[in-house]
Amino acid sequence: MNRFSEYMLPPAKSTNAGEIDALFHFVNVTSVILLAGITIAIIYFSWKYRRRSENDVTPVITHNSKLEITWSVIPLILVLILFGWSFTSYTNVTTAPNDAYEIRVVAKSWLWEFHYDNGAVSVNELNVPVDRPVKLVMSSDDVIHSFYVPDYRVKADVLPNRYTSVWFEAMEIDDSVIFCTEYCGTQHSNMDAVVQVLSQPDFEEWLETGDQIDEDMPPAERGEALVSRQGCQACHSTDGSSLVGPSFQGLWNSERTTESGETITADENYIRESIIEPDANVVEGYDNVMPAYQGTISDRQIDDIIEYIKTLE
Amino acid sequence: MPSSETPKNIRKLQVKRFKPEESPKKHYLNSETGIWNWMTTVDHKKIGLMYLASVAIFFFVGGLLALLIRTELLTPARTFIDADVYNQVFTLHGAIMIFFFLIPSVPAALGNFILPLQLGAKDVAFPRLNLASFYIYTIGAIFTLIAIFTGGVDTGWTFYTPYSAETGGNVLMMTLGIFILGFSSILTGVNFIVTIHKMRAPGLTWNKLPLNLWALYATSLIQVLATPVLAITVLLLSMERVLGIGIFDPALGGDPVLYQHFFWFYSHPAVYIMIVPGFGIISEVISTFSRKTIFGYWAIALSSLAIAFIGFLVWGHHMFTAGQSSLANMVFSFLTFLVGIPTGIKIFNWLATMYRGSIDLKAPMLYAMIFLFLFTIGGFTGIMLGSLAVDIHLHDTYYVVAHFHYVMMGGMVMAFFAGLHYWWPKMFGKMYNEFWARVSCILVFIGFNMTFLPQFVMGSQGMPRRYFNYIDQFQPFHQLSTMGAYTMFVGFIIMASYLTYSLLKGKQAPANPWGSRALEWQTPSPAPLHNFDHTPVIINGPYDYHKPMSEFQLGIADSHHDPLDEHHGDQQVDIKTETSA
Repeated sequence: MNRFSEYMLPPAKSTNAGEIDALFHFVNVTSVILLAGITIAIIYFSWKYRRRSENDVTPVITHNSKLEITWSVIPLILVLILFGWSFTSYTNVTTAPNDAYEIRVVAKSWLWEFHYDNGAVSVNELNVPVDRPVKLVMSSDDVIHSFYVPDYRVKADVLPNRYTSVWFEAMEIDDSVIFCTEYCGTQHSNMDAVVQVLSQPDFEEWLETGDQIDEDMPPAERGEALVSRQGCQACHSTDGSSLVGPSFQGLWNSERTTESGETITADENYIRESIIEPDANVVEGYDNVMPAYQGTISDRQIDDIIEYIKTLE
Repeated sequence: MPSSETPKNIRKLQVKRFKPEESPKKHYLNSETGIWNWMTTVDHKKIGLMYLASVAIFFFVGGLLALLIRTELLTPARTFIDADVYNQVFTLHGAIMIFFFLIPSVPAALGNFILPLQLGAKDVAFPRLNLASFYIYTIGAIFTLIAIFTGGVDTGWTFYTPYSAETGGNVLMMTLGIFILGFSSILTGVNFIVTIHKMRAPGLTWNKLPLNLWALYATSLIQVLATPVLAITVLLLSMERVLGIGIFDPALGGDPVLYQHFFWFYSHPAVYIMIVPGFGIISEVISTFSRKTIFGYWAIALSSLAIAFIGFLVWGHHMFTAGQSSLANMVFSFLTFLVGIPTGIKIFNWLATMYRGSIDLKAPMLYAMIFLFLFTIGGFTGIMLGSLAVDIHLHDTYYVVAHFHYVMMGGMVMAFFAGLHYWWPKMFGKMYNEFWARVSCILVFIGFNMTFLPQFVMGSQGMPRRYFNYIDQFQPFHQLSTMGAYTMFVGFIIMASYLTYSLLKGKQAPANPWGSRALEWQTPSPAPLHNFDHTPVIINGPYDYHKPMSEFQLGIADSHHDPLDEHHGDQQVDIKTETSA
């Protein structure tokens, strides 16, 4: 029975997972036992008391106080136990330790941004140290999203007008998947990310260097790295295919028809405007869904991205 | 109430036995025929049938949408439709199944047909209002169809803000349709409450009221009290979308979680609008096919009311991860567990009714047993989801999808089919083919479990709901689930076929094919235009199988009608009966 419950759950990779799994097993096992009892009774009764003739006489049993009290009180006791247990666990798994390492999470349609205490930023890739409590303080830039790591058994909605948080302590150096579990539109099911658990020294090293894009690279290559890091390709292809947004291929210097019917040439100014203020001029045939990057991305980085787009003819 | 049994209220009635006529020449289906007569009819039976036809169409459409979803999910990423189309399809599947099928299915379709018959009344209290409800339902449906063909809706049936305020498509038309639909639901509820209070046949006291009517009564109370909240919620949503008034949108100073509170304040009780009438049907069917007194009459009747009441106080369990306070979570978790108690009581009472009965496994009883099994699974997994710590992991995954399909489809839809097969002979005066009914029932059962059991597993493993694309490890579960959906579809096609055949060429049904003691079976099949050719007088409860059939067929002759012409040799019985309130 426990093996079945284990099969149902993903691997437990956070310190809190065990507590939740124990409760899951308890409810599963109790339910299966009770369900088996009820099912056997249904099948046994319908065979044992099957109709033998049209003149069958059945006894008049209108109620039985003892029996009825029993089957009201026993379930009541069971759910009270369950309530106490589940609320205690809930309090444990939702209260972050005071020394937890804090990471800011910003959700946008449809990507995850992670801001670390030294100013480093990563997109769709959360790096955390192993064996150390991590607290995520989360908010959304647009609609409601929900942050979910099945391996850690944590989930919380990410709202546009307030902060919510989750915490966990990863137990092994391994990758786990992050899902968005609150429906948020076209790319909802592609709004996934990965948690990379690193050893403490590796994590510190990453914090110092991992975010830096090599200054010596040519601007176009820096731009390519940025596009990949910012998750732009979720919506903008580089091979000409049309996803949620227009492809980057052949974009440079092309004539764009906007929703209002205007024709604009995709020059530096247009691309810059489309990044920091995407709703100003939306290309005809596409929805106005891109989050604004004003303040998230520097002018130098925009230069690099423009250089990169120029190479995609 | 039983307390009204004061001597003052006892009066003597001269009653005699009215044996229901077999194969009646004149009945409600062949009097007042023609399209115009149907469209303007105030007969609750015909209105019930019009609802039945409508919900059948919506069930078919919603089912086809489900097949589209399941087919698309055969492979990760795109199988044959785009993400945007997929999002519209699951939205419509939910909205149609809930608002246009589940909510009206039992109360409006079966309930309309059976409620006055079970009361021994000629019609509902407000027959014209009843017809108006049907037309309001139709207008709501038209608005929704317009929404589908003018841009569609991709918000999910829950219309969560801010997404629903920002997305494209015709959300406005859709919410307007649901706004209108709500009035139909409220008016039906009011009508039923008044009818049950005021139009019970002589002798039909509250403690003899069929359990189906107790369930419909509880349902009507929820409909009247909860539906206005939905109406105001979608109205506020429309105001925000059209006029830019900030109620839910944080950019305008609103609060999106407030929307969730409003929405679930209706939509959780709505779950009980859907399932409680199912409880009523199951009580009738199990007693009839076990040919035995119902066990714990008052326990079943009052637990329906208890569920209706507690059901109002548990909406917050839809928001355990939505950012509400731990205290609120604790209270809602506790109340959620409490709903389990009256629900469990019902299951045990039905089992106890079967104990030492004379069980006939005809199609309605098979559906009732399937209901017991599937609904119990739905209940236990509900307890799992009510457990706060576990819910954090399972919230918004396929586990939830599987849970509510076990409750709604495994519970409510199975109860609906139990009721449909049970009352089919009374509705149309025709029998259906019992063999094919059982075949289809078993196919649906197998298909259902194949579809939704794997969803429990993949949900526990972390598969989020409303996903167009998914990671490869979930593919075997999705494929099994899709095969199950196809199996169910075959089952439903068989059902549609034998029911259609029964309508066209079915055998004439006897007045009381199941040997039931309930009042609706003591009138011809199909029923006369005004339900009974006499005024029925009730001296026994509807489940008193230890009393002779003759005691269930008593009545007073209608003054305008000469019963001696049709009922030769009826004996005169002189009994005492309490007057109904």
